[in-house]
Amino acid sequence: MFASDVLVAQNIGFAILATIMVIGALRVVTTSNVVHAALWLVVVLAGAAAQYVLLAAEFVAITQVLVYIGAVMVLFLFGTMLTRARIGAESDLNNKNWFLGIPVAVALFVAMAIALDSGFGSQKMPADSAVATTQEISDQIFGPYLLPFWALSFVLLAAVVGAIVLARRD
Amino acid sequence: MNLATLLSADLPYWAQSLLRVLGGLVAVLLPAGTVVYLFLFKMMSFMQSRLGPMEAGPQGSMQLFAEVGKWLQKEDIYPARADKFIFKLAPLIVLASTFLLVVVVPFGPDALFTNFEAGVFYALAVSSVSVLGILIAGWASANKYSLLGGLRAAGQLIAYELPMVLAVVGVVIQAGTMNLQQIVLAQNADSMFGFSGLGNPYVITQFVGFIVFMIAVQAELTQTPFDMPIAESELVSGYMTEYSGFRFLIFFIGEFATAGVFSMIASVLFLGGWAVPFSWFGWTTIDSIDNWMNIVGPLILFTKMIVIVFFIMWVRFSFPRFREDQLQKFAWKVLIPVSLANIMVTAILKVAF
Repeated sequence: MFASDVLVAQNIGFAILATIMVIGALRVVTTSNVVHAALWLVVVLAGAAAQYVLLAAEFVAITQVLVYIGAVMVLFLFGTMLTRARIGAESDLNNKNWFLGIPVAVALFVAMAIALDSGFGSQKMPADSAVATTQEISDQIFGPYLLPFWALSFVLLAAVVGAIVLARRD
Repeated sequence: MNLATLLSADLPYWAQSLLRVLGGLVAVLLPAGTVVYLFLFKMMSFMQSRLGPMEAGPQGSMQLFAEVGKWLQKEDIYPARADKFIFKLAPLIVLASTFLLVVVVPFGPDALFTNFEAGVFYALAVSSVSVLGILIAGWASANKYSLLGGLRAAGQLIAYELPMVLAVVGVVIQAGTMNLQQIVLAQNADSMFGFSGLGNPYVITQFVGFIVFMIAVQAELTQTPFDMPIAESELVSGYMTEYSGFRFLIFFIGEFATAGVFSMIASVLFLGGWAVPFSWFGWTTIDSIDNWMNIVGPLILFTKMIVIVFFIMWVRFSFPRFREDQLQKFAWKVLIPVSLANIMVTAILKVAF
Protein backbone atom coordinates (compact mmCIF):
# COMPACT_ATOMS: atom_id res chain seq x y z
CA MET A 1 0.00 0.00 0.00
CA PHE A 2 2.82 2.39 0.87
CA ALA A 3 6.27 2.74 -0.63
CA SER A 4 8.85 1.13 1.60
CA ASP A 5 10.47 4.44 2.54
CA VAL A 6 7.26 6.01 3.86
CA LEU A 7 7.18 6.04 7.65
CA VAL A 8 3.50 5.26 8.25
CA ALA A 9 3.44 5.36 12.04
CA GLN A 10 5.48 8.58 12.17
CA ASN A 11 3.19 10.25 9.65
CA ILE A 12 0.07 9.31 11.61
CA GLY A 13 1.70 10.59 14.79
CA PHE A 14 2.67 13.79 13.04
CA ALA A 15 -0.88 14.31 11.79
CA ILE A 16 -2.40 13.85 15.26
CA LEU A 17 0.13 16.16 16.92
CA ALA A 18 -0.13 18.75 14.18
CA THR A 19 -3.93 18.82 14.50
CA ILE A 20 -3.67 19.34 18.26
CA MET A 21 -1.08 22.08 17.76
CA VAL A 22 -3.17 23.95 15.15
CA ILE A 23 -6.29 23.79 17.33
CA GLY A 24 -4.24 24.93 20.34
CA ALA A 25 -2.68 27.80 18.37
CA LEU A 26 -6.11 29.00 17.20
CA ARG A 27 -7.47 28.84 20.74
CA VAL A 28 -4.51 30.92 22.01
CA VAL A 29 -5.73 33.87 19.95
CA THR A 30 -9.49 33.28 20.20
CA THR A 31 -9.96 32.47 23.89
CA SER A 32 -11.30 35.26 26.09
CA ASN A 33 -9.12 34.69 29.15
CA VAL A 34 -5.43 35.46 29.47
CA VAL A 35 -4.57 32.42 31.57
CA HIS A 36 -6.50 30.09 29.25
CA ALA A 37 -4.54 31.55 26.33
CA ALA A 38 -1.26 30.84 28.13
CA LEU A 39 -2.35 27.26 28.86
CA TRP A 40 -3.29 26.70 25.20
CA LEU A 41 0.18 27.97 24.35
CA VAL A 42 1.55 25.26 26.68
CA VAL A 43 -0.36 22.70 24.58
CA VAL A 44 1.25 24.08 21.39
CA LEU A 45 4.76 24.05 22.89
CA ALA A 46 4.31 20.53 24.27
CA GLY A 47 3.18 19.46 20.80
CA ALA A 48 6.40 20.90 19.37
CA ALA A 49 8.37 18.87 21.93
CA ALA A 50 6.49 15.74 20.84
CA GLN A 51 7.32 16.53 17.18
CA TYR A 52 11.00 16.65 18.11
CA VAL A 53 10.67 13.20 19.67
CA LEU A 54 9.16 11.98 16.39
CA LEU A 55 12.24 13.36 14.63
CA ALA A 56 14.47 11.32 16.97
CA ALA A 57 15.82 14.54 18.51
CA GLU A 58 15.51 13.55 22.16
CA PHE A 59 17.79 16.23 23.58
CA VAL A 60 16.05 19.05 21.71
CA ALA A 61 12.66 17.79 22.86
CA ILE A 62 13.72 17.74 26.51
CA THR A 63 15.24 21.20 26.17
CA GLN A 64 11.94 22.40 24.71
CA VAL A 65 10.08 21.10 27.79
CA LEU A 66 12.62 22.49 30.27
CA VAL A 67 12.95 25.94 28.69
CA TYR A 68 9.53 26.67 27.24
CA ILE A 69 7.10 24.85 29.53
CA GLY A 70 9.16 24.78 32.72
CA ALA A 71 10.54 28.31 32.56
CA VAL A 72 9.09 30.63 29.88
CA MET A 73 5.42 29.69 30.32
CA VAL A 74 5.72 29.67 34.10
CA LEU A 75 7.13 33.21 33.93
CA PHE A 76 4.32 34.20 31.51
CA LEU A 77 1.70 32.90 33.93
CA PHE A 78 3.54 34.39 36.89
CA GLY A 79 3.56 37.81 35.23
CA THR A 80 -0.08 37.78 34.16
CA MET A 81 -1.31 36.45 37.51
CA LEU A 82 0.69 39.08 39.37
CA THR A 83 -0.83 41.90 37.35
CA ARG A 84 -4.20 41.42 35.67
CA ALA A 85 -5.41 37.86 35.28
CA ARG A 86 -9.07 37.62 36.27
CA ILE A 87 -11.22 34.51 36.31
CA GLY A 88 -13.89 34.38 33.61
CA ALA A 89 -14.21 35.98 30.19
CA GLU A 90 -12.77 39.40 29.46
CA SER A 91 -14.04 41.48 26.57
CA ASP A 92 -11.13 43.93 26.14
CA LEU A 93 -8.41 41.42 25.23
CA ASN A 94 -8.48 42.27 21.50
CA ASN A 95 -7.66 45.74 20.29
CA LYS A 96 -9.09 47.12 17.06
CA ASN A 97 -5.98 46.34 14.99
CA TRP A 98 -6.14 42.59 15.59
CA PHE A 99 -6.73 41.78 11.90
CA LEU A 100 -3.22 43.08 11.08
CA GLY A 101 -1.88 39.97 12.75
CA ILE A 102 -3.32 37.70 10.03
CA PRO A 103 -1.17 38.97 7.10
CA VAL A 104 1.89 39.04 9.37
CA ALA A 105 1.27 35.42 10.37
CA VAL A 106 0.72 34.35 6.75
CA ALA A 107 3.88 36.19 5.61
CA LEU A 108 5.89 34.57 8.39
CA PHE A 109 4.51 31.14 7.49
CA VAL A 110 5.40 31.61 3.80
CA ALA A 111 8.92 32.84 4.66
CA MET A 112 9.52 29.86 6.97
CA ALA A 113 8.13 27.41 4.42
CA ILE A 114 10.37 28.78 1.66
CA ALA A 115 13.41 28.76 3.92
CA LEU A 116 12.78 25.17 5.03
CA ASP A 117 12.00 23.97 1.51
CA SER A 118 15.08 25.53 -0.06
CA GLY A 119 17.23 24.33 2.82
CA PHE A 120 16.03 20.75 3.25
CA GLY A 121 13.49 20.24 0.45
CA SER A 122 15.06 17.22 -1.16
CA GLN A 123 16.31 15.52 2.02
CA LYS A 124 14.41 12.72 3.69
CA MET A 125 14.72 11.28 7.15
CA PRO A 126 16.25 7.80 6.94
CA ALA A 127 13.81 5.14 8.09
CA ASP A 128 16.32 3.72 10.57
CA SER A 129 17.54 7.06 11.92
CA ALA A 130 19.29 6.63 15.22
CA VAL A 131 18.61 9.00 18.11
CA ALA A 132 21.06 11.90 17.96
CA THR A 133 23.13 11.59 21.11
CA THR A 134 23.90 14.51 23.35
CA GLN A 135 27.61 14.14 22.61
CA GLU A 136 27.01 14.71 18.90
CA ILE A 137 24.99 17.84 19.61
CA SER A 138 27.57 19.26 21.99
CA ASP A 139 30.36 18.46 19.50
CA GLN A 140 28.44 20.49 16.93
CA ILE A 141 27.76 23.42 19.29
CA PHE A 142 31.32 23.68 20.57
CA GLY A 143 32.83 22.95 17.14
CA PRO A 144 31.48 24.41 13.89
CA TYR A 145 28.72 26.44 15.56
CA LEU A 146 30.83 28.00 18.31
CA LEU A 147 30.68 31.54 16.91
CA PRO A 148 26.86 31.68 16.53
CA PHE A 149 26.61 30.16 20.02
CA TRP A 150 28.76 32.96 21.45
CA ALA A 151 26.83 35.60 19.52
CA LEU A 152 23.57 34.23 20.98
CA SER A 153 25.01 34.36 24.49
CA PHE A 154 25.92 38.02 23.97
CA VAL A 155 22.37 38.77 22.84
CA LEU A 156 21.04 37.09 25.99
CA LEU A 157 23.55 38.97 28.15
CA ALA A 158 22.42 42.24 26.59
CA ALA A 159 18.80 41.32 27.34
CA VAL A 160 19.66 40.53 30.97
CA VAL A 161 21.53 43.82 31.44
CA GLY A 162 18.68 45.68 29.76
CA ALA A 163 16.13 44.06 32.09
CA ILE A 164 18.16 45.09 35.13
CA VAL A 165 18.48 48.66 33.84
CA LEU A 166 14.73 48.87 33.23
CA ALA A 167 13.83 47.36 36.60
CA ARG A 168 16.13 49.42 38.80
CA ARG A 169 14.80 52.78 39.90
CA ASP A 170 18.00 54.28 41.31
CA MET B 1 16.32 -6.02 27.90
CA ASN B 2 13.43 -5.23 30.21
CA LEU B 3 11.32 -6.71 32.94
CA ALA B 4 10.11 -9.42 30.56
CA THR B 5 13.50 -11.10 30.29
CA LEU B 6 13.51 -11.25 34.07
CA LEU B 7 10.40 -13.42 33.97
CA SER B 8 12.13 -15.56 31.31
CA ALA B 9 9.09 -15.37 29.05
CA ASP B 10 8.51 -13.60 25.76
CA LEU B 11 5.66 -11.35 26.67
CA PRO B 12 3.67 -9.62 23.93
CA TYR B 13 3.91 -5.85 23.72
CA TRP B 14 0.58 -5.21 25.47
CA ALA B 15 1.59 -7.39 28.42
CA GLN B 16 4.92 -5.58 28.74
CA SER B 17 3.10 -2.25 28.67
CA LEU B 18 0.67 -3.47 31.31
CA LEU B 19 3.60 -4.62 33.47
CA ARG B 20 5.24 -1.23 33.09
CA VAL B 21 2.08 0.64 34.06
CA LEU B 22 1.68 -1.57 37.14
CA GLY B 23 5.38 -1.16 37.94
CA GLY B 24 5.03 2.62 37.63
CA LEU B 25 2.05 2.64 39.98
CA VAL B 26 3.99 0.59 42.54
CA ALA B 27 7.11 2.74 42.13
CA VAL B 28 5.08 5.89 42.83
CA LEU B 29 2.56 4.77 45.45
CA LEU B 30 4.72 2.45 47.56
CA PRO B 31 7.35 5.11 48.40
CA ALA B 32 4.59 7.66 49.02
CA GLY B 33 2.78 5.36 51.47
CA THR B 34 5.97 4.31 53.22
CA VAL B 35 7.19 7.89 53.56
CA VAL B 36 3.89 9.10 54.99
CA TYR B 37 3.55 6.27 57.52
CA LEU B 38 7.18 5.95 58.55
CA PHE B 39 8.11 9.62 58.70
CA LEU B 40 5.03 11.84 58.73
CA PHE B 41 3.13 9.66 61.23
CA LYS B 42 5.73 7.87 63.30
CA MET B 43 8.98 9.85 63.16
CA MET B 44 7.23 13.19 63.62
CA SER B 45 5.31 11.76 66.60
CA PHE B 46 8.51 10.37 68.11
CA MET B 47 10.21 13.75 67.80
CA GLN B 48 7.23 15.39 69.51
CA SER B 49 7.08 12.75 72.31
CA ARG B 50 3.76 11.23 71.28
CA LEU B 51 2.72 7.93 69.77
CA GLY B 52 1.02 8.95 66.57
CA PRO B 53 -1.79 6.82 65.07
CA MET B 54 -2.08 3.54 67.01
CA GLU B 55 -5.66 2.30 66.49
CA ALA B 56 -5.90 1.15 62.85
CA GLY B 57 -3.92 -2.07 62.51
CA PRO B 58 -0.76 -3.04 64.43
CA GLN B 59 1.10 0.15 65.41
CA GLY B 60 -1.40 2.12 63.34
CA SER B 61 0.01 0.74 60.12
CA MET B 62 -3.41 0.61 58.45
CA GLN B 63 -4.02 4.28 59.21
CA LEU B 64 -3.19 5.25 55.62
CA PHE B 65 -6.06 3.17 54.22
CA ALA B 66 -8.40 4.77 56.72
CA GLU B 67 -7.22 8.22 55.66
CA VAL B 68 -7.60 7.45 51.96
CA GLY B 69 -11.06 6.04 52.60
CA LYS B 70 -12.02 9.18 54.49
CA TRP B 71 -10.81 11.47 51.70
CA LEU B 72 -12.56 9.47 48.99
CA GLN B 73 -15.91 9.76 50.78
CA LYS B 74 -15.75 13.52 51.10
CA GLU B 75 -17.92 15.82 49.03
CA ASP B 76 -16.25 17.27 45.94
CA ILE B 77 -16.31 20.99 46.74
CA TYR B 78 -15.13 23.86 44.62
CA PRO B 79 -15.50 27.60 45.19
CA ALA B 80 -18.43 29.25 43.39
CA ARG B 81 -16.22 31.71 41.52
CA ALA B 82 -13.47 29.21 40.69
CA ASP B 83 -12.41 28.40 37.14
CA LYS B 84 -13.77 24.88 37.39
CA PHE B 85 -11.96 23.14 34.55
CA ILE B 86 -8.53 24.54 35.47
CA PHE B 87 -9.28 23.89 39.15
CA LYS B 88 -9.82 20.20 38.38
CA LEU B 89 -6.89 20.00 35.95
CA ALA B 90 -4.23 21.39 38.31
CA PRO B 91 -3.74 18.43 40.72
CA LEU B 92 -3.60 16.06 37.74
CA ILE B 93 -0.70 18.02 36.20
CA VAL B 94 1.23 17.76 39.48
CA LEU B 95 0.63 14.00 39.77
CA ALA B 96 1.36 13.41 36.07
CA SER B 97 4.75 15.06 36.45
CA THR B 98 5.55 12.61 39.28
CA PHE B 99 4.59 9.62 37.12
CA LEU B 100 6.65 10.95 34.20
CA LEU B 101 9.57 11.39 36.58
CA VAL B 102 9.68 7.80 37.79
CA VAL B 103 10.08 6.28 34.32
CA VAL B 104 13.77 7.20 34.04
CA VAL B 105 14.81 5.68 37.38
CA PRO B 106 16.72 2.40 36.84
CA PHE B 107 15.83 -0.32 39.37
CA GLY B 108 18.18 -3.09 38.24
CA PRO B 109 20.39 -4.23 35.36
CA ASP B 110 17.31 -5.11 33.28
CA ALA B 111 14.57 -3.72 35.51
CA LEU B 112 13.96 -0.32 33.97
CA PHE B 113 11.07 1.43 32.29
CA THR B 114 13.04 3.37 29.68
CA ASN B 115 16.73 3.73 28.91
CA PHE B 116 16.81 7.43 28.05
CA GLU B 117 20.13 8.67 26.67
CA ALA B 118 19.56 12.05 28.32
CA GLY B 119 17.93 10.54 31.43
CA VAL B 120 18.90 12.99 34.15
CA PHE B 121 18.18 15.96 31.89
CA TYR B 122 14.72 14.52 31.21
CA ALA B 123 14.11 14.13 34.94
CA LEU B 124 14.97 17.77 35.61
CA ALA B 125 12.80 18.96 32.70
CA VAL B 126 9.76 16.91 33.69
CA SER B 127 9.97 17.86 37.36
CA SER B 128 9.72 21.51 36.34
CA VAL B 129 6.29 20.88 34.78
CA SER B 130 4.70 20.46 38.21
CA VAL B 131 5.22 24.21 38.82
CA LEU B 132 2.60 24.80 36.15
CA GLY B 133 0.05 22.72 38.07
CA ILE B 134 0.77 24.50 41.35
CA LEU B 135 0.57 27.93 39.73
CA ILE B 136 -2.80 27.35 38.05
CA ALA B 137 -4.13 25.63 41.18
CA GLY B 138 -3.47 28.85 43.08
CA TRP B 139 -5.02 31.00 40.38
CA ALA B 140 -8.13 28.90 39.64
CA SER B 141 -9.17 28.76 43.31
CA ALA B 142 -10.44 32.37 43.23
CA ASN B 143 -8.85 32.97 46.61
CA LYS B 144 -6.19 35.54 47.46
CA TYR B 145 -4.34 33.21 49.81
CA SER B 146 -4.23 30.50 47.14
CA LEU B 147 -2.96 32.93 44.52
CA LEU B 148 -0.24 34.20 46.86
CA GLY B 149 0.77 30.62 47.61
CA GLY B 150 0.90 29.73 43.93
CA LEU B 151 3.02 32.77 43.10
CA ARG B 152 5.40 32.08 45.98
CA ALA B 153 5.70 28.46 44.84
CA ALA B 154 6.51 29.49 41.28
CA GLY B 155 9.15 31.99 42.39
CA GLN B 156 10.72 29.46 44.71
CA LEU B 157 10.69 26.49 42.35
CA ILE B 158 12.23 28.48 39.49
CA ALA B 159 14.94 29.85 41.78
CA TYR B 160 15.88 26.41 43.14
CA GLU B 161 15.66 24.55 39.85
CA LEU B 162 18.81 26.31 38.70
CA PRO B 163 21.19 25.13 41.49
CA MET B 164 19.65 21.66 41.11
CA VAL B 165 20.55 21.49 37.41
CA LEU B 166 24.00 22.94 38.09
CA ALA B 167 24.66 20.45 40.92
CA VAL B 168 23.82 17.56 38.61
CA VAL B 169 26.25 18.87 35.97
CA GLY B 170 29.17 17.91 38.25
CA VAL B 171 27.98 14.30 38.33
CA VAL B 172 27.43 14.30 34.57
CA ILE B 173 30.97 15.59 33.97
CA GLN B 174 32.45 12.94 36.24
CA ALA B 175 30.43 10.06 34.82
CA GLY B 176 30.75 11.29 31.23
CA THR B 177 27.08 10.47 30.51
CA MET B 178 23.57 11.69 31.28
CA ASN B 179 22.07 8.20 31.16
CA LEU B 180 21.07 7.27 34.72
CA GLN B 181 21.84 3.57 34.17
CA GLN B 182 25.33 4.46 32.93
CA ILE B 183 25.83 6.75 35.93
CA VAL B 184 25.02 3.81 38.24
CA LEU B 185 27.47 1.56 36.39
CA ALA B 186 30.18 4.25 36.36
CA GLN B 187 29.99 4.61 40.14
CA ASN B 188 30.09 0.90 40.94
CA ALA B 189 32.66 -0.22 38.37
CA ASP B 190 35.07 2.56 39.36
CA SER B 191 37.55 2.58 42.22
CA MET B 192 38.88 5.22 44.60
CA PHE B 193 42.70 5.51 44.46
CA GLY B 194 42.98 1.86 43.48
CA PHE B 195 40.64 0.67 46.27
CA SER B 196 37.58 -0.83 44.62
CA GLY B 197 35.79 -2.24 47.67
CA LEU B 198 33.33 0.63 47.78
CA GLY B 199 33.19 1.51 44.11
CA ASN B 200 33.24 5.26 43.69
CA PRO B 201 29.95 6.71 44.95
CA TYR B 202 29.81 10.34 43.86
CA VAL B 203 28.64 11.43 47.28
CA ILE B 204 32.34 11.48 48.19
CA THR B 205 33.88 13.16 45.15
CA GLN B 206 30.85 15.34 44.47
CA PHE B 207 30.07 16.13 48.11
CA VAL B 208 29.46 19.81 47.41
CA GLY B 209 27.14 18.90 44.55
CA PHE B 210 25.29 16.43 46.80
CA ILE B 211 24.67 19.07 49.49
CA VAL B 212 23.50 21.65 46.93
CA PHE B 213 21.28 19.02 45.26
CA MET B 214 19.67 17.98 48.54
CA ILE B 215 18.99 21.60 49.57
CA ALA B 216 17.46 22.24 46.15
CA VAL B 217 15.35 19.07 46.44
CA GLN B 218 14.13 20.22 49.86
CA ALA B 219 13.05 23.50 48.24
CA GLU B 220 11.52 21.83 45.17
CA LEU B 221 9.41 19.64 47.44
CA THR B 222 8.40 22.77 49.41
CA GLN B 223 9.27 21.03 52.67
CA THR B 224 10.15 23.10 55.73
CA PRO B 225 12.36 25.26 55.91
CA PHE B 226 11.28 26.08 52.36
CA ASP B 227 7.52 25.84 52.89
CA MET B 228 6.79 29.50 52.24
CA PRO B 229 4.20 28.58 49.52
CA ILE B 230 1.97 26.73 52.00
CA ALA B 231 2.95 28.66 55.14
CA GLU B 232 0.00 27.75 57.34
CA SER B 233 0.38 30.67 59.75
CA GLU B 234 -0.04 33.28 57.02
CA LEU B 235 -1.60 31.65 53.93
CA VAL B 236 -3.96 29.05 55.50
CA SER B 237 -2.60 26.30 53.22
CA GLY B 238 -1.35 28.21 50.18
CA TYR B 239 -2.37 26.89 46.79
CA MET B 240 -4.10 23.88 48.39
CA THR B 241 -6.45 25.97 50.55
CA GLU B 242 -9.60 25.40 48.48
CA TYR B 243 -8.94 21.77 47.68
CA SER B 244 -10.68 19.02 49.63
CA GLY B 245 -11.48 15.35 49.38
CA PHE B 246 -10.18 13.49 46.37
CA ARG B 247 -8.35 16.46 44.83
CA PHE B 248 -6.50 17.22 48.06
CA LEU B 249 -5.56 13.55 48.20
CA ILE B 250 -3.98 13.83 44.74
CA PHE B 251 -1.89 16.82 45.87
CA PHE B 252 -0.94 14.93 49.02
CA ILE B 253 0.12 11.78 47.13
CA GLY B 254 1.96 13.95 44.61
CA GLU B 255 3.92 15.69 47.36
CA PHE B 256 5.17 12.54 49.06
CA ALA B 257 5.55 10.46 45.90
CA THR B 258 7.73 13.22 44.47
CA ALA B 259 9.78 13.17 47.68
CA GLY B 260 10.30 9.44 47.15
CA VAL B 261 11.14 9.73 43.45
CA PHE B 262 13.54 12.63 43.97
CA SER B 263 15.26 10.60 46.69
CA MET B 264 15.57 7.69 44.26
CA ILE B 265 17.16 10.01 41.69
CA ALA B 266 19.49 11.41 44.37
CA SER B 267 20.57 7.89 45.35
CA VAL B 268 21.11 6.99 41.69
CA LEU B 269 23.21 10.10 41.13
CA PHE B 270 25.22 10.12 44.34
CA LEU B 271 24.92 6.83 46.24
CA GLY B 272 25.39 4.22 43.52
CA GLY B 273 21.73 3.49 42.80
CA TRP B 274 20.48 -0.10 42.70
CA ALA B 275 23.91 -1.73 42.40
CA VAL B 276 26.55 -2.94 44.82
CA PRO B 277 30.25 -2.33 44.05
CA PHE B 278 31.06 -4.69 41.19
CA SER B 279 34.29 -5.94 42.80
CA TRP B 280 32.24 -7.77 45.47
CA PHE B 281 31.05 -10.38 43.00
CA GLY B 282 33.70 -10.01 40.31
CA TRP B 283 31.41 -8.30 37.81
CA THR B 284 32.94 -6.08 35.16
CA THR B 285 30.25 -4.96 32.74
CA ILE B 286 26.47 -4.77 32.79
CA ASP B 287 26.16 -8.09 30.95
CA SER B 288 28.12 -9.96 33.62
CA ILE B 289 25.77 -8.91 36.42
CA ASP B 290 23.81 -11.83 37.81
CA ASN B 291 20.08 -11.92 37.17
CA TRP B 292 19.13 -11.92 40.85
CA MET B 293 20.14 -8.25 40.94
CA ASN B 294 16.82 -7.53 39.20
CA ILE B 295 15.12 -8.60 42.44
CA VAL B 296 17.68 -7.32 44.95
CA GLY B 297 18.41 -4.09 43.05
CA PRO B 298 14.99 -2.48 43.65
CA LEU B 299 15.25 -3.37 47.36
CA ILE B 300 18.70 -1.75 47.60
CA LEU B 301 17.42 1.35 45.82
CA PHE B 302 14.38 1.43 48.11
CA THR B 303 16.61 1.26 51.20
CA LYS B 304 18.78 4.11 49.95
CA MET B 305 15.65 6.10 49.17
CA ILE B 306 14.38 5.63 52.73
CA VAL B 307 17.72 6.87 54.11
CA ILE B 308 17.60 10.02 51.97
CA VAL B 309 13.94 10.72 52.77
CA PHE B 310 14.88 10.30 56.43
CA PHE B 311 17.30 13.22 56.11
CA ILE B 312 14.76 15.32 54.21
CA MET B 313 12.14 14.74 56.91
CA TRP B 314 14.65 15.24 59.71
CA VAL B 315 15.41 18.70 58.33
CA ARG B 316 11.71 19.30 57.83
CA PHE B 317 10.81 18.62 61.44
CA SER B 318 13.83 20.46 62.89
CA PHE B 319 14.15 23.84 61.21
CA PRO B 320 12.02 26.99 61.26
CA ARG B 321 10.77 28.53 58.04
CA PHE B 322 12.84 30.88 55.86
CA ARG B 323 11.52 34.35 55.17
CA GLU B 324 10.72 34.95 51.49
CA ASP B 325 13.66 37.32 50.85
CA GLN B 326 16.10 35.05 52.71
CA LEU B 327 14.87 32.15 50.62
CA GLN B 328 15.51 33.93 47.32
CA LYS B 329 18.85 35.33 48.49
CA PHE B 330 20.01 31.88 49.56
CA ALA B 331 19.31 30.42 46.13
CA TRP B 332 20.81 33.20 44.02
CA LYS B 333 23.71 34.34 46.20
CA VAL B 334 24.86 31.12 47.86
CA LEU B 335 23.72 27.96 46.06
CA ILE B 336 24.23 29.07 42.45
CA PRO B 337 27.78 30.46 42.94
CA VAL B 338 28.76 27.38 44.96
CA SER B 339 27.46 24.99 42.32
CA LEU B 340 29.14 26.98 39.53
CA ALA B 341 32.44 26.77 41.40
CA ASN B 342 31.82 23.03 41.84
CA ILE B 343 31.37 22.62 38.08
CA MET B 344 34.61 24.50 37.38
CA VAL B 345 36.63 22.47 39.87
CA THR B 346 35.13 19.20 38.62
CA ALA B 347 35.86 20.08 34.99
CA ILE B 348 39.47 21.06 35.78
CA LEU B 349 40.07 17.86 37.77
CA LYS B 350 38.40 15.76 35.07
CA VAL B 351 40.75 17.17 32.44
CA ALA B 352 43.79 17.00 34.74
CA PHE B 353 43.33 13.31 35.67
